[in-house]
Amino acid sequence: MSEPQPVPAGHLTLRPPRHRVERRAILWWTTQAASTVIVGIVGLALAAWWIEPARFWFALALIIAAVLGLCYVAVMPQWRYRVHRYETTDDAVYTAAGWINQEWRVAPLSRIQTVDTQRGPLQQLFRLSSVTVTTASAAGPLTIEGLDQHVATEVVEHLTAVTQATRGDAT
Amino acid sequence: MTTPPDDPHGQWHRLDPKSILAVGATTLASLLPVVVLMALGDTDVPTLLITVGIGLAVIALVLGGAAVNWYFTYYRVTEHRFERRAGKLSRSHRSIPRDRIRSVDLTAPPAHRLFGLSIVKIGTGQQAGENSELKLDAIATPRAEALRRELLRADTEPTGTATAEASEPGETEIARLRPLWLGYSMATVSLVLVVWGALVSAIGTLNNVLTTLGVFDTAGKWFETLPLWTGITVVVLILLILGVLGPFLLSLEMWWGFRLTREQDATLRVRRGLLTTRSLSLEERRLRGIELAEPLLLRWVGGARTNAVATGLGEQTETKQPDRKAILPPAPRAEADRVAAAVLRENRPVTDNCPVAAHPGAALRRRLTRALVGPVALVIALAVCGAMIGWMPSWVWIPALGTVPIAIGLAVDAYRNLGHALDGKYVITRSGTGIRRTVALRRSGVIGWRMKQSLFQRRSGLITISATTAAGAGVYAVRDVAVHDGLTFADEAVPDLLVPFLETRRSRKQPAHRVARSA
Repeated sequence: MSEPQPVPAGHLTLRPPRHRVERRAILWWTTQAASTVIVGIVGLALAAWWIEPARFWFALALIIAAVLGLCYVAVMPQWRYRVHRYETTDDAVYTAAGWINQEWRVAPLSRIQTVDTQRGPLQQLFRLSSVTVTTASAAGPLTIEGLDQHVATEVVEHLTAVTQATRGDAT
Repeated sequence: MTTPPDDPHGQWHRLDPKSILAVGATTLASLLPVVVLMALGDTDVPTLLITVGIGLAVIALVLGGAAVNWYFTYYRVTEHRFERRAGKLSRSHRSIPRDRIRSVDLTAPPAHRLFGLSIVKIGTGQQAGENSELKLDAIATPRAEALRRELLRADTEPTGTATAEASEPGETEIARLRPLWLGYSMATVSLVLVVWGALVSAIGTLNNVLTTLGVFDTAGKWFETLPLWTGITVVVLILLILGVLGPFLLSLEMWWGFRLTREQDATLRVRRGLLTTRSLSLEERRLRGIELAEPLLLRWVGGARTNAVATGLGEQTETKQPDRKAILPPAPRAEADRVAAAVLRENRPVTDNCPVAAHPGAALRRRLTRALVGPVALVIALAVCGAMIGWMPSWVWIPALGTVPIAIGLAVDAYRNLGHALDGKYVITRSGTGIRRTVALRRSGVIGWRMKQSLFQRRSGLITISATTAAGAGVYAVRDVAVHDGLTFADEAVPDLLVPFLETRRSRKQPAHRVARSA
């Protein structure tokens, strides 16, 4: 997605974090998106089948949903894969996520409270893991989705080792 | 059967037995109006007697329950812990390490005040979980005061029990209520809404009674005898008086006797309340900053609400009561600035209209677009409906088009309210139009950054940069700032954190970086 970035030369921008997430994450996101879209389409199709008086309108909605859904399934995972990145340094964690709306989060290691990994059933299927890093802020943790399970373990080990070295209650 | 074990450190205490009576009195007070109204109405004697009987039975039950509670509840203060045992069927024994206690709040509802009692809430300041609070309902007020002092005294040597009537520790007053402020309090929209909500529900519950009393019939007949305009004027006047008087009485109840003091041991204390008195304490080391909130109406009359941004206050709201984070009643802006500075121990205001940097014009465009989507959609919808039906009364266009200038006004105001600044130890952000919020957050309290860009923001070179913190709402945003300015601001606010992730844009075509594949 090479959009024009209207930031003049010589101005500061955020650089993307160094590491991409695992390529298999595209498959994972595609599966997720496809299942959501399919549920919606099947629902509309059943409605169009059963409710005869409104069949035309349901069919119309079905076509629109199918077209939009197809675009979503085709575009979203690829776009996400280009955006989702992460990086850990000795001082901070840095993540980027999103597709249409994008978000970057930075947390200093000295303020980290917990580091967890999660694996949903779908992620298990693709041997993926998510790493969640929480701070004392109520405003949402940093999450790195779609890492290879081994990479996730390494990230967690690194972060745990470094955060254990820092003292205080991280508020 | 619970027998309090003897302990060398602290003695087990019971709650005050008068608390049983206080609970009974509260129940009685809530039942009394019903009986009185029934007596005034045309209720026949047997029904009235039955109602009184039921009422007495309820009170007896409540008294019994309260007595059982009282019998099984003990508390004690030891050298290291505060402990409470309670319960009959499910027993609980809870204890809080004394160095974790962050707040000791006293509340005395009218019935409790009658018996000289206070409810004590001891909190650990943990954001999560309802179990972070222990409640003693209730003990004698002087004892509650002593307990409060005892538990909040941080570093002095711990003594045995809280029974000693210690002398009032040195405290300095930061602010006290000036009656004029009640006017500002009345101007907060939320308060007016609360009053209206209360009125509506009261009318709902009183509906039957009023109908039996024939109030509506009489009013209706009387109304019919009046000329139309007089009638409408009278109704409007009544509503106005209720709308003004209600907020006034509520403000009076909430903020009467307000005092904000700083105690020797670096604790801020708010005392307020006319019927129900409250004492709320806040340790200064939990304080990360101050937020000034100016709802539109309050802003027009030049007032502001002052809230503490502190850890462990959470976002929970007691209904009809201002948050625990409110450290000043709605007051003139200058006074709010002064108190904010005093609370933060600064000798000059940090939350006043300090030079807040203007945001790019693209931010104004964004606000205008967003504001106009609604009215334009409305106009189009009306036009389509008109075309389909084939007829549309011409006056509908007046309100539809009338929303346009209002929307534009709000958008422009929202844009002018955008701002951010670095001021010494503080990060200052401001935004909002319905409620304009100015937040001065200690830079040392910033524990991370969140940067957000929507597709449209990317196209117009804007970004929303939020500082995350352990206190208050958890995140405070600088909205729609130019990417370069925002990042420079964040970088200066917390040195060294963001530097490794920033780069200088070279030229448009050339990719500014190369990114390694996977780890």
